[in-house]
Amino acid sequence: MAEDTGFLALLWTTGLDTVLNVVPLVVVLGGFWLVALRRPLPHARRILVGGIYVLIGITLFLVGLEKALFPLGRVMAAQLAAPELALGGVHWRNYGWVYAFAAAIGFATTVAEPSLIAVALKANEVSGGGIGVWGLRIAVGIGAAVGIALGTLRIVLGAPLPGFIIAGYLIVLVQTLFADRAIIPLAYDSGGVTTSTVTVPVVAALGVGLASVIPGRSPLLDGFGLIALACLFPIIAVLAYAQAAAAMQKLRRR
Amino acid sequence: MTSTARTPQIGAPFAARYRYVIRSGIELLHQIAASSRDLAPIVVVVAFFQIAVLRQPLPDAAELLLGALLVMAGLALFLRGLSISLFPLGEAMADAFAVKGSALWLFAFAFALGFATTAAEPSLTAVAHEAARVAAGAGAIADDDGSRDAYALALRLTVAFSVGAALVLGVLRILRGWPLPWLILGGYGLVIAVTAVAPPEIIAVAYDSGGVTTSTITVPLVTALGVGLAGAIRGRSPLVDGFGLIALASLTPILFVMVFGIVLHG
Repeated sequence: MAEDTGFLALLWTTGLDTVLNVVPLVVVLGGFWLVALRRPLPHARRILVGGIYVLIGITLFLVGLEKALFPLGRVMAAQLAAPELALGGVHWRNYGWVYAFAAAIGFATTVAEPSLIAVALKANEVSGGGIGVWGLRIAVGIGAAVGIALGTLRIVLGAPLPGFIIAGYLIVLVQTLFADRAIIPLAYDSGGVTTSTVTVPVVAALGVGLASVIPGRSPLLDGFGLIALACLFPIIAVLAYAQAAAAMQKLRRR
Repeated sequence: MTSTARTPQIGAPFAARYRYVIRSGIELLHQIAASSRDLAPIVVVVAFFQIAVLRQPLPDAAELLLGALLVMAGLALFLRGLSISLFPLGEAMADAFAVKGSALWLFAFAFALGFATTAAEPSLTAVAHEAARVAAGAGAIADDDGSRDAYALALRLTVAFSVGAALVLGVLRILRGWPLPWLILGGYGLVIAVTAVAPPEIIAVAYDSGGVTTSTITVPLVTALGVGLAGAIRGRSPLVDGFGLIALASLTPILFVMVFGIVLHG
């Protein structure tokens, strides 16, 4: 019984938070529509009904994550980071399972990220089907996996973040020079959409958990930075995917 | 579903009268089935590491199953709402501003959209409070509730302002047809230059703040707005010119937060 009231309370507070969070958005959209545009909104009723779908959807989504994924993810991140200490001491080679978990959970949460699905659907529509929804999502997921795994390696090594970021951007720079002009903006955008509702809580828990069990790392200083790398590597992955696809096509034509 | 659809059909057979409801119900079931595929990788990863690596049983399977069902239903509803509401709304805004033809109103709208949605973003609030603790720990501000709250609020407003500025710049780029790589790669060059002089404790926070600004509701709206604008302006391609707003909105917070750190931490 206590379980049930806890569940309903979670549903209620999450729903309320979701509604409150969109108030500024609704004010801006409504305000500009009334003051600047002053014309009938096409399909107003559909848009309103869809908006309610979105709010209920996000609420159920967040409650489900809070019920199923987040507690388990946090516990697992802490457990995976901890036991190696007792064995061979702090050495980057003793944390293999941590990198594997970081990569796997980074991929899985990114592929399920609703804002990535939205951008992939739009890209598919705009490109006339040329850009596949799943192809883009998997490329971004692989990029996020590499970024987050590298980020955990960085925390274990205690290496400075800017070095990783600069190296990543040099790769992006070179790729941009050779990439198809049409894919570049989408690739850059994929960096920003990887880290959202599903990925951030789990990844942040992993970073903070890891930084707090390794001697000499501060969770406040070293726990950050995973998200930045999770944003950078999908750009590289999407550009690489586009280049590989173009190269394959050239080969096939020959 | 709607009163206008119901009135002319009085007396029609049940299936015809409720066709719209039945059809959307079936579509929703389809979407729930598709969501289970979206979610499957997470379930596999968690189960594998829990059972094979950590060698522990899955705690409370009923709770997990309920959570997974909620996530699936939620994702299905969100995607349905996306296609009938958020995408059309973003496109309608883009069309309406294109018809109005006033660049100033469009810039004002872009700024307000970026500022308002970011200032209210819960994950940014969480990062801002963490950052305030970091700053207090580094001795940049006094370690009491008042100073930390003031610091967190100032940081949130800085990030919100930077996202508003990013959307204005991004819309200007779409209007003018500037190539995106110049802005993005130039911007990141600037980020790397500022990193060299920024206080070390702000750097990781700044880099992370770029990733947390774009929320699940803002991303589809902003994407549809950019693509819609590029489609409404002659000579712009939705694919080449329409995307890129999110990338700019992820970049400017990094720069602004580091400048914020330089000003406040000295």
